[in-house]
Amino acid sequence: MSTLPNTIVKLMVRNHPGTMSHVTGLFSRRGFNLEGILCAPVDSGMDSAMYLLVRNDERLEQIVKQLAKLYDVKSVVVQDDLDHTVFNRIEQLMGGS
Amino acid sequence: MQWSGASLLIELLKRQGVGIVGGIPGGANLPLYDALGQSSLRHILVRHEQAGGFLAQGMARSTGGAAACFATSGPGAVNLLTAIADAKLDSIPIVAVTGQVATGLIGTDAFQEVDTYGMSIPVTKHNFLVRTAEELLDVVPEAFRVALSGWQGPVLIDMPKDVQQAAIDVADLPPPGVADAAQEADGAVLAAMARLIAASARPVLYVGGGVVSSGAEAEVRALSSACGIPVVSTLMGLGVMPPSDPLNLGMLGMHGSRVTNLVVDRADLLISLGVRFDDRATGSVAGFAPRARVIHMDIDEAEIGKIRRPDISCGCDVKAALRRLNKLAAHSGRQDWRAEIEALRAEHPVEVPGDESHPANLVRRIASIVPESSIVTVDVGQHQMWAAQWWPVRRPRQFLTSGGLGTMGFSVPAAMGAALAHPGTPVIVVTGDGSLLINIQELATIAENDLDIKICVFNNGHLGLVRQQQELFYGGRYVASRFQSRPDFAAIAKGFGIHGCTLRIPHDEGALRRALSIEGPVLIDIEVPETENVYPMVPPGKSNVEAIWGNA
Repeated sequence: MSTLPNTIVKLMVRNHPGTMSHVTGLFSRRGFNLEGILCAPVDSGMDSAMYLLVRNDERLEQIVKQLAKLYDVKSVVVQDDLDHTVFNRIEQLMGGS
Repeated sequence: MQWSGASLLIELLKRQGVGIVGGIPGGANLPLYDALGQSSLRHILVRHEQAGGFLAQGMARSTGGAAACFATSGPGAVNLLTAIADAKLDSIPIVAVTGQVATGLIGTDAFQEVDTYGMSIPVTKHNFLVRTAEELLDVVPEAFRVALSGWQGPVLIDMPKDVQQAAIDVADLPPPGVADAAQEADGAVLAAMARLIAASARPVLYVGGGVVSSGAEAEVRALSSACGIPVVSTLMGLGVMPPSDPLNLGMLGMHGSRVTNLVVDRADLLISLGVRFDDRATGSVAGFAPRARVIHMDIDEAEIGKIRRPDISCGCDVKAALRRLNKLAAHSGRQDWRAEIEALRAEHPVEVPGDESHPANLVRRIASIVPESSIVTVDVGQHQMWAAQWWPVRRPRQFLTSGGLGTMGFSVPAAMGAALAHPGTPVIVVTGDGSLLINIQELATIAENDLDIKICVFNNGHLGLVRQQQELFYGGRYVASRFQSRPDFAAIAKGFGIHGCTLRIPHDEGALRRALSIEGPVLIDIEVPETENVYPMVPPGKSNVEAIWGNA
């Protein structure tokens, strides 16, 4: 699995308007690559699950550590076992052409 | 009890121990100032919001507690951002409260509206946009908890005007926010660290601002002394070791002495405490302590392995971990290593420049005249490095400097905060003629509050460190580094109502002594040679042992 170019980092975050900016801002500020994001509210809508498609390289450890420092991020898990082809099929899934 | 959002915020700040706030009022934070005026909170009216941020930093850096500052929306908030970014890079706990346009106007490009929340994300540890007065009951204690916990840092609370004006009934106020307990170090990891130390012939302690934040100087001194381990310090770690201690090797890195950098080069074990392997400290990372195994302790887990992969590490509070490590570490005199270091010292003695008017000698002279307990704040540039090299910093929180961001304009407003937090302690500013102009408007604040600050301007008519780099690395092509206009700073000080005087070369020591002994604020404009360079200097991309040594 570790030879795959990309992997998925799953975050549980507080669901409020600034959270997405904090997460994406971290990637741009630290020069990390972010290939895709899927995000949706879970349970009562207090929290959201966020799936980040990122490069599986030596910077991954730093990405995880920096994400864990964000106030609105409640957990960070690298999920090598998830099927990240969903990111490639997003047009199809959304009913696009 | 009935509160307005504004009066509730003021009360919650007071419950956090905030006694003094620097800031400037404006349209979007007038309700806040109205509530402040009816409270016991002392307000210092600064003349630029950035100075309010640095004033808070001066209080926080000199006391170790969190401090607060106020600004209005739009330009007020934007002006504050530099001081907030500065606090983030040096891990200084401040809480900034900004006014914002009313919630109904947010997003409409209203008068003095900017996206303060969005702009402050990358420069704060965390930020809050308060949407209701009720939220303050959580947000204020949370802001202080976040600012003070773990790696400390700045937090911003953006507060729309209608939230400040809203009426709210609160039965019980929340307890003040306090720092979370830090993670405990693993006993097995500490035991392994002790074994590495016991097995090391040439260990070096590399200490930084994290040791200061943690208050671990006694533990570092104890470890150094019990195990015969020399200590090198980053700019932010100055004061952890007393200048008189023979195991104190002073500042490492770009402007560190030859012996200090050679000792790190020869080390077989680098015990890295509260440091982040900043490029100014390490030089070329590949050439930094190339023979050493690395122990790394830092409260910020993300710093571990960010630049240099350690052999063993823990993300923990340095003080608590060292207390336990010190009990495990085998005592040793390390006579061979110390003899080797003494031989290096004999081979490369740090020589005091012969020229009496050399800025290094000026630093030494000022330090010898003022009381040892004085707090010194410095700006950014050559004078900063001369002060770091030559001021005898005796304790942490005595030498306040903008380390990470390197913000010119820091010294004067930071000195105001230090003076307010430590009445009766002399505060000395060492600045340059370039840096001084960046926040010179604060002379008005100093005069208004009669703050006992002695401002020593090292005046070489240049942006000296820029000039130096153009000389050394840009073929002597000097661009925009020499000031054509030379203001009369003594006259300017007098214009602000502050005692001002000018010292020319050769410096009249009696006049310097007299100026420094005047009660109340004084500005001393001191001519220094225009083209003196700070040495040693490690060229960009080189390792610390490939420095340009100059006369050092």
